[in-house]
Amino acid sequence: MKTTAIILMAALALGGCGNRLGGGAGAGAGGYDPYGTGAGAGGYVPGGPGDPTSVAYFQQSIGDRVLFAVDQSTLSPEGQTILAGQAQWLNANPGYTALIEGHADEQGTREYNLALGGRRANAARDYLISQGVAASRLRTISYGKERPLQICSTEACYSQNRRAVTVLAAGAGV
Amino acid sequence: MPRRVFRSGPLSNPAALAIRDSDTERETMTLRLTTFLRALAALLVLAGPAMAQDSPGPLRIEITDGVIEPLPFAVPTFVARNAAAEGLAQDITRVIAADLANTGLFREIPQEAHVARIGSFDAPVQFSDWKAINAQALITGSVLAEGDGRIVVQFRLYDVFSEAPLGDGLQFAGTAEGWRRMAHKVADAAYSRITGEDPYFDSRVTFVSELGPKDARQKRIGVMDYDGANVTYLTSSDAIVLAPRFSPDGSRIIYTGYESGFPRVTVIDVATLQKTTVGGVDQNMSFAPRFSPDGGRVVYSAEVSGNTDLYVLDLASGQTSRLTDAPSIETAPSFSPDGTRIVFESDRSGAPQLYIMPARGGEGQRISFGEGRYGTPVWSPKGDYIAFTKQNAGRFHIGVMRTDGSEERLLTGAFLDEGPTWAPNGRVVMFTRETSGATGAPALYTVDITGRNLQRAATPAAASDPSWGPLLR
Repeated sequence: MKTTAIILMAALALGGCGNRLGGGAGAGAGGYDPYGTGAGAGGYVPGGPGDPTSVAYFQQSIGDRVLFAVDQSTLSPEGQTILAGQAQWLNANPGYTALIEGHADEQGTREYNLALGGRRANAARDYLISQGVAASRLRTISYGKERPLQICSTEACYSQNRRAVTVLAAGAGV
Repeated sequence: MPRRVFRSGPLSNPAALAIRDSDTERETMTLRLTTFLRALAALLVLAGPAMAQDSPGPLRIEITDGVIEPLPFAVPTFVARNAAAEGLAQDITRVIAADLANTGLFREIPQEAHVARIGSFDAPVQFSDWKAINAQALITGSVLAEGDGRIVVQFRLYDVFSEAPLGDGLQFAGTAEGWRRMAHKVADAAYSRITGEDPYFDSRVTFVSELGPKDARQKRIGVMDYDGANVTYLTSSDAIVLAPRFSPDGSRIIYTGYESGFPRVTVIDVATLQKTTVGGVDQNMSFAPRFSPDGGRVVYSAEVSGNTDLYVLDLASGQTSRLTDAPSIETAPSFSPDGTRIVFESDRSGAPQLYIMPARGGEGQRISFGEGRYGTPVWSPKGDYIAFTKQNAGRFHIGVMRTDGSEERLLTGAFLDEGPTWAPNGRVVMFTRETSGATGAPALYTVDITGRNLQRAATPAAASDPSWGPLLR
């Protein structure tokens, strides 16, 4: 019963992300919080951020994204730690698949940045696989510089835009 | 008798035939216009540095720091041969004048300054009237609106100081809706005769129209006349669409689209709007497509497990071959006009640079060696230059270089310029310029290959990723 409820709520949360035209990445950090972090802090709500099996928990407590240096697709030690946490979560919650979005900042040409986003998404994917997540549960996509999270034109924003975001979906692997 | 016959095309079916001007058939090149032509040719061939040329006589072409004195021309409103043609005659005349003036090579003498009127297309021209206002080229014409919705446009080009026509008169017939195309054809003929370059005004551009905030931009593919008129949209903004490119005959557009949720190479038929996904495999991203010069092949990038390489697809057989096999990124391919070679971008040296390889694949020869990063190479339709985007010291530039990498010349510099495309005559490039910051937005610009005459192109909304189509027929 409980599992059904969680999956249902996760699906709702993802539905919200889907409306962002592939900007699912933007939802988490942009403050999209359908069930209220306040509730999570105050007490346990199934599907809320305090529920370690929830999508909100994955996004907020584990971290759904890793950041990259300029022109790089190498994972930083911080990135590896986050991905290790993601892998652990995915291994503990086999009812989810993940789409890993690769993104670039605007300082590059459009098509090169698509390829660079592909590299970043795959770096994250490879790491998750190395941590035991089945490859069949993971897909990648690149948005290049099409979906920045932050819209200023300085390094403060660029550093947030060079990212790979793990977006969960309820369901079996492909 | 020299004839210029434009074959009829699908848009407005303008047909042209030469009007016999005189018994001596000729393409008159007078001394003055020849001087202008030589200066222009020098300007178009040589790199930017200051050039000076002694130019005796009244034409006074002065080339200083790559600036050419525009040639003054007069285009009195075309004669309406019946009342129904009056409005069109005005409109056509304005489009001709705009085409020529916007090149930066010509300067229109405003009609208020004219001391004479052209009352009849066939009456002899009083050259003294046009010398008096220092018009060096004179364009006259007439418009007839026929009862069936068709119009006939006639024109002549004169070299005022030699008091002679420059080339034959021309007559175009077509539908009234196609009047802009007829105006562009008149301007093309005048431009070609005076500069010696191929025409390009009667052409279309496909681009991406952009709406909405920077982090949720809605994009759709548009097509417009080269001057921004007659915009139509081919896709909805439901899915991200990137970098549309015309097929060589202009009937199809190939682009990168996210309609399936994932980026895939897609062909859209301009007339029927029917879409077909081509190339690539389901689980992989395919992007950066471009047609071969014969329209039969598509070269594109596909990403497999994070690694992007180049592939070519034969559209008739559906056969795909892999052109590169390297752990680096290979993308932004563009065929040479003869279809035998491909210029592309690769970061195999550690940063993106330009390479040329045989169209069947094989060893890539690096051609870019300057400072910075090079991308988006596009082969000129004339074959003489490769246009590119260069990123250096925090700025972006549009540049051109010879196909061996020599004579690199930066035409622009800004916060973010990218993605050049060539006018059909290989003398002008259009590109995307995006402004910085949270409210930054892209727009289309043109610049000629000397770096002169930077202009913003008119689009109804923010726009990016232009691709210039062929000269229409």
